[in-house]
Order: sequence, then structure tokens, then C-alpha cells
Amino acid sequence: MTAANPSAPRRARPAPERTILLVLIFLVTSALLLLSHNSDLLGTLGGLGRLLQNPIVEAVIVSLFLANVLFAYLWRAAPWAKALVGLGSLLLVLPMAGQEDTSLLDLSIQIMIFAALALGLNIVVGLAGLLDLGYVAFFAVGAYTWGIFGSPRFGEILRYYGENPGATNAATLAFGLFLTAVTAASMVYIRRRVVRPTRLSTWSFGLASFGLVAGLLLTGRALLVLNASRAQGLANGIDGNFFWLFLALSILAAAIVGVLIGLPVLRLKGDYLAIITLGLGEVIRVLANNLDLFTAGSQGITPIKSAPVPWFDRLAGTLGFQPDQYYLLFLYLLVLAMIALILTVNIRLDRSRIGRAWIAIRDDEVAAQAMGVPLVQTKLIAFATGASFAGVMGMIFAAKQTFISPESFNLFQSIGVLSMVILGGMGSFPGVILGAAVVTLLNLRILPGLGEATANLGLPQQVNPGQLQRLIFGVILVTMMLLRPEGLLPNRRRTLELHQDENQEDESAQGEGRALTTGGEVYSPGFAPQKQEDRAGGAK
Amino acid sequence: MDLATLLPFIVNVIVGGLVLGFVYAIIALGYTMVYGVLQLINFAHSEVFVTGAVVGFEVFRVLAPSPMNGYLKLLIALVAAMAVSGLLNVLIERLAYRPLRNAPKLVPLITAIGVSLILQDLLRIIEGFQGRFDLTYTLPAGFSGKFCAAQSSCAAAGDFLRTVGIDLQLKDVILIVVALLSLGVLNYLVNRTRLGKAIRAVAQDRVTAGLMGIDSNRMISATFLIGGALGGISGVLFGMKFGTVNAYSGFDPGIIAFTAAVLGGIGSIPGAVLGGLVLGVIQNLIGVTNVFGSLLNIANLESINASYQRIGAFIVLVLILIFKPTGLLGKSNVEKV
Repeated sequence: MTAANPSAPRRARPAPERTILLVLIFLVTSALLLLSHNSDLLGTLGGLGRLLQNPIVEAVIVSLFLANVLFAYLWRAAPWAKALVGLGSLLLVLPMAGQEDTSLLDLSIQIMIFAALALGLNIVVGLAGLLDLGYVAFFAVGAYTWGIFGSPRFGEILRYYGENPGATNAATLAFGLFLTAVTAASMVYIRRRVVRPTRLSTWSFGLASFGLVAGLLLTGRALLVLNASRAQGLANGIDGNFFWLFLALSILAAAIVGVLIGLPVLRLKGDYLAIITLGLGEVIRVLANNLDLFTAGSQGITPIKSAPVPWFDRLAGTLGFQPDQYYLLFLYLLVLAMIALILTVNIRLDRSRIGRAWIAIRDDEVAAQAMGVPLVQTKLIAFATGASFAGVMGMIFAAKQTFISPESFNLFQSIGVLSMVILGGMGSFPGVILGAAVVTLLNLRILPGLGEATANLGLPQQVNPGQLQRLIFGVILVTMMLLRPEGLLPNRRRTLELHQDENQEDESAQGEGRALTTGGEVYSPGFAPQKQEDRAGGAK
Repeated sequence: MDLATLLPFIVNVIVGGLVLGFVYAIIALGYTMVYGVLQLINFAHSEVFVTGAVVGFEVFRVLAPSPMNGYLKLLIALVAAMAVSGLLNVLIERLAYRPLRNAPKLVPLITAIGVSLILQDLLRIIEGFQGRFDLTYTLPAGFSGKFCAAQSSCAAAGDFLRTVGIDLQLKDVILIVVALLSLGVLNYLVNRTRLGKAIRAVAQDRVTAGLMGIDSNRMISATFLIGGALGGISGVLFGMKFGTVNAYSGFDPGIIAFTAAVLGGIGSIPGAVLGGLVLGVIQNLIGVTNVFGSLLNIANLESINASYQRIGAFIVLVLILIFKPTGLLGKSNVEKV
């Protein structure tokens, strides 16, 4: 009986054709969005205008508008209509509405940044099954990579080293490079030569890696001191055109940090991994808070540049954008392109050999290993891929906010991203994007809107909806896990897995599938006796 | 600093670390008991423990004007905190973990995180209604005084402490005594009673224990009750030791206590205690490196502050898990396929 199979009815009865409805909804919500964000026009509308400016109504309109894109994805409609709605909403209507009200562009960028983060975490948690509670650390790495260089901070670092040069620098540089080369070579040598790690090899490998870090630190310090004379020229950070180089560097940096964190901890499983990633995420935040010279501590770094793109600014100018909106529009399109890229990478990876290996590990690590899946390597790839997405988004986040401080990278943010993944549906790409949109809207628009609306109701400050984020995240996590663990837009495979018990019953009734067992081991009649004296008849 | 001043200084640091370690040890026991039975990290335990601290604060606040004996107040605070935290923990288990008993392991872990977030905000709201955020303990008179400073009856002990130069407060001594007492009771409960035997049976093999007539759900509830009660005790002790708590202050001690449980070998009761003591001392030593750091003038590390103590705990955790994943006193667990 396959009726209980949750995915079967959908296949049997195709959804109705909804092209006209889709286009209609798109037109109506677009009109509403454009209207509600045009303050000149609203002023002439009187009462209706005031209603449309109400923060809750506005949040609802924005949500409805974004739902278009979801409908275009979900509904069965003509391909041209889907393309029209999807591209039209994102490339035409949103920027047009954003021209009147930049906070809308800001919100869209924020949603997409979180969507990318959720896609990255989805690889780690949803596909590979590694619960990472310190994911925001990689976001921080990307943000600080650009934050330090794209702001006056870099000049100040150089000035500090100019005033405190320490030892002779050419010699330090030479020694640092030498140490780096030697330790790196010995690490590669140990890795190549030792087939089965012994105690000696493990320790010498650890020592070499320690030396490598020391060598890199020495080299970096010497380089900084040697370049200290340029501090004056870099008073505003490095040239903005380096943005594109750093876009690549932030991916690399986050991926390297991902591998560095992953290497020691990925031998662990489940709970241990969760708690240790949580810890390492905190370590990165504490470092950001305390390495005052590099990160300006809790004050944060500001102002951070975005890339100068003259031709794009001219284009935006001819489209009627104000100069102070150029960089937002630019970042909006950049993030849109990044999301498209990340989504493509995700889908390709999911269908590749690596994707299948991740799912195998998630489902049963021991079995996957027995089948020849290289455990640590596969997990590391998942960790590094997820981290690199977070890194590049961190950099864009830094450029958008023009300000970063350790507060943006606390544990609570990690849990926020995790709740996006869970709400949307672990392992399902459209699901996590939806989850990111819902949670971000909730945090940035709906809760503050409700807070404003209830401000006059005499509600105590303590239960102001604007402050209930933790409670709401907690309720989302618990209720989703209890009632609908597969998420809003479930991944088909994952649904089957989570409802295995119900399906199993059906299969065994048909005489196929596993027997009805409720966990625990089954003592089969053919189980060989373990000990000598257990043997029937005895061997006296 | 010469040796004559350095030695008592180090002794002080170690004693202070041990006092701290007893608090961690009792929190760690809450983790370890639940883990031992369900193989689940009860992420919400840090909030259960903060609830205990809040209850303790309320009891001390309400009883502050009364002329009651200080020890009686402490006893009431402890009992109230144990009851509230224990019942809260049972409730959490009933609502958030039991329905997910057979789900994949990731699922209850996520509900645990969710429950911990919910509890944090609830505590904030409840205390916020009285206009409070940071709760400052009003300890009974005399508790903050020096141990054996005035009483002539313990002159010997006082003299000893004075010669070594240990700065021990009365509340520290109370803390150690309460911790040791609860350890003793727990040890008796788990190893000498029928209840303890049943809990151990469930921890070993839930299905088989069920076949032997043990109601495993009740035993799991009992474990959560005991774990929560220990959380309540540790909450009051924590509040006494540090003076202030707020709704979010469970995170740090929670993490350190979990590290302690892993360090000792998770699931092992003496291990949790040993781990707590070791970590308490390590943490205090890291705090002291601030002094040594400025003494030795180590490079740019001008601000080794309290947050590095947390990093210290994590580094210890990583190192243990890499080099001895079973912990100091844990038994290795062969995976069954």
C-alpha cells in the first residue's frame, strides 16, 4: 500500500495549471509594492496611504511580493510565466521599489545574504549531517578579511608595526620563510610516508604544524614591518578595485579556516561535533573581540568600502538612482549573482559523486566508510564548501554595513541560520531559501513592526515582540522538530527517511521491506554462542 | 615577585580553582547523568541551572529581612531550587525529548537548543516584569566573611590558613561542603538503591531493561529529576560564588561543565567531578597568566582577560577529544553496527 507514502499522491495527481493566476498575483503584488514604497504618491492618498505605510501592512506586502517568486517555483505554469515572474520580480520590480525606499534594497540584500548562509549550512547539516553550531565564524572570517583591508584599519596596523618594528626584518622574513618551507615540507613528507599513523608520526606532525603556524606568523609580521612606510598612503584602506581580488581571497580564507577547524574535529560525531564547533565559533568571536590591533575590538571597524564600478554608477544614474544608492544597488545585483552561482554549485554538487557521498555519510557513517567513502576527506569538503559560501557573504555583508563588530557574529546568529535551514527543510535548496526569507522577514520587519504597533497598547516592555527573537527561534526549532521535522518545503528523500516507521509498516505488510522491529537488536535463531560454556550440551 | 609571595599566591589560585571546580562538577553531573541514560547532550541543562540560580536569588531576597538563621535560609533556597529545576527538567524531557525517542540523533539535539532559547527568554521576561536583569545575590550576614577569621574554636585552622596565606571565604567552605554532600547522596542513590540499579540498567540497554520489567520512561524521568535537582543546587552555589546571574549567564558555565564532563569521561560520575576540579584549576590558572603575562611582558598580549578562560576550556576540550576521546575515567565504547 503506497497511499501512506507522503510523496506518492503528488506524483499521481499533477497540480493544476496556474499560469494566469501566477501572472495576475505577480501584477497585483508588484503594484502594491511599488505603491506602498512611493511616499509621494501615498501622501496624496490620505487614509489609504497611511494604512499602507503601517509597518505591519508593509511587511505583509513585502512578504506577499516575495511569495511570488516562491509560487513561480512551486506552481505548475508555463515556463515563460515562471521566468517572467522570477526575473521580473528580482531584477525589475524590487530595484524600482528600492529606488524610492532604500530600506527595501537593504532588506533584500540581507535576505539573500542569509539565504546564501543557509545554503552553505545546508550542505554541512542537511547533506552531510554534521551539526555545526559555529557556522557564523566563517562569516566573520570573510567579513574581517575585507573589513581590515578595505578600511583605515590596515593603515593603522602598518603604523603600529612601523613604531614597533622589533628585530631586523629582512632576517626575520628570511627565517620565517625558511621555517614555513621546512615545516610544510616535513608535513607533506610525514603525510606521504606514513601509511598507518603511529604515536611518533602524530606528534611530529603536530609539532610541524605548530612550526608552520609560527613560520607564517613570523613571515606575516616581517612583511607588515617592511611595508610600514606605506601607512600614510593607506589611510583609507587599500584601493577599492582590490574588492574583486578579495572576493576570491575571502572564499579562500574561509575555506582554509574551515579545513583548519575541521581537521581536528571532524573525527567526532553528532553531539561532540556540535559542541566543539560551537566552542570554536566562540573562539573566533573572542579573538575578534580581543585582538584590538587588528579588529578594533568591540568598537568594530568602520568605514568599510565597496568596489568602485564607474560604468555601473553611470548606468544607475541614468535609471534615476541617487548617488548614495549606487552601492546598494550594486551590492544587490552582486548578491543576486552570487546566489545564482551558489545555487548552481549546490545543485551540481548534490547530484555529483561528492553529494552522494555526503548523503551516505549522513545516513550511516559506518556503512559509508565500509563502502569505501573516505570519511574525513568528504566531511572536510562539505565543511570547506559551506565555509566558503559564508566567507564570500561575510565580505559582502561587511561592504553593505560599512561596519562590522564582534556582536554580529555571536552564537545566536549561528542558531538563527540553523533555524532557517530547519524551518525550510534540511537538504532541500528551495526550502532553505524560503526559510531564510521567512526568518529574516520575521526578524527585520514583522517583529519590529509588531513591536511598533503594540507600543501604544500599554504592553509591558518585557514582552515587546521586537525583543522576543530568542523565544520565537526556540519555538520554531522545537515545534518544527516535533510536528514537521522535514521542514516547510521538504526534500523528498529526507521525508521518506523521517517517516520510515510509517512506511515500514506498509512495506512489511506487503511482505517486502524490513521486518517490524522497534529498534534494538534482534536475536536471530542462528546467533552463534559467544562463549565456550554457552554451547548447547556443554563441553565438559 | 619573589618566591615567598609567589607560593601562597599559587596556592590561592589552586584553592580558588578547586572551589570553582566543585560548582562545575555538580553542573557536569547533570550533563553526565542524562548523557549516560539517553546519549543526549541536554543543551537546556545550562538554563535549568540558571533557573535554579534565579530561584535561589528569589528565596534569599524574600528571606533577607527575616531574622532566620543563615544556614536555614540556604537550606530553603537549595530545596526550592532543587524542586523547581528538577521538575522543569522532567517537564522538558516529557515535552521535547520523549516524543523524539526514536528519531535520528540530530532531532532531539535541535529541540534541546530550542528549549534552551525559550527558557532564556522566559527567564528574562519573568525577571524583567520586576524590572530586574542582573540578579545580585543578597547572602545572609556573615557568609561573605573570611573563613575562621573570628571564631576562636577553629583557631588552628585559621592559623594554618593565615600562615599559608589562603584567602578563603565562609561561602567557599559552605559551597564545598554542599557539593560534597550532594555528591555523596548521589553516589548512594545511584550505586546502593533499587532506583539507582534500575537507572543503570536502563542506561545499559533500554530494551532489555524493559523486558526485565523496568519502566524505562519512568526511570528516564527520574534521571532528569535528579539531574535537574543537581542543576538547582549548582545554580544556587554558582550564584553564591559569583554574586550575580542573569537569564543568559548559563552559557559559559554550561559549556565549561560540559567540557568537564567530557574531560572526565562522559557518563562517569567520578569522572565528571574530576573533570570539574581540573577545569576549575585550569581556568583560574589562565586568569593568573594575566599577572604573569604582564610580569614577563609577553609580546602584544596586553589583555588576557576572562574571555580567554573560555578559549582555554575549548582548547582543553579539543585536545581531550583528539587524544583521549573517552576522557580520563571513561570506558571505551565499541560501536555496534
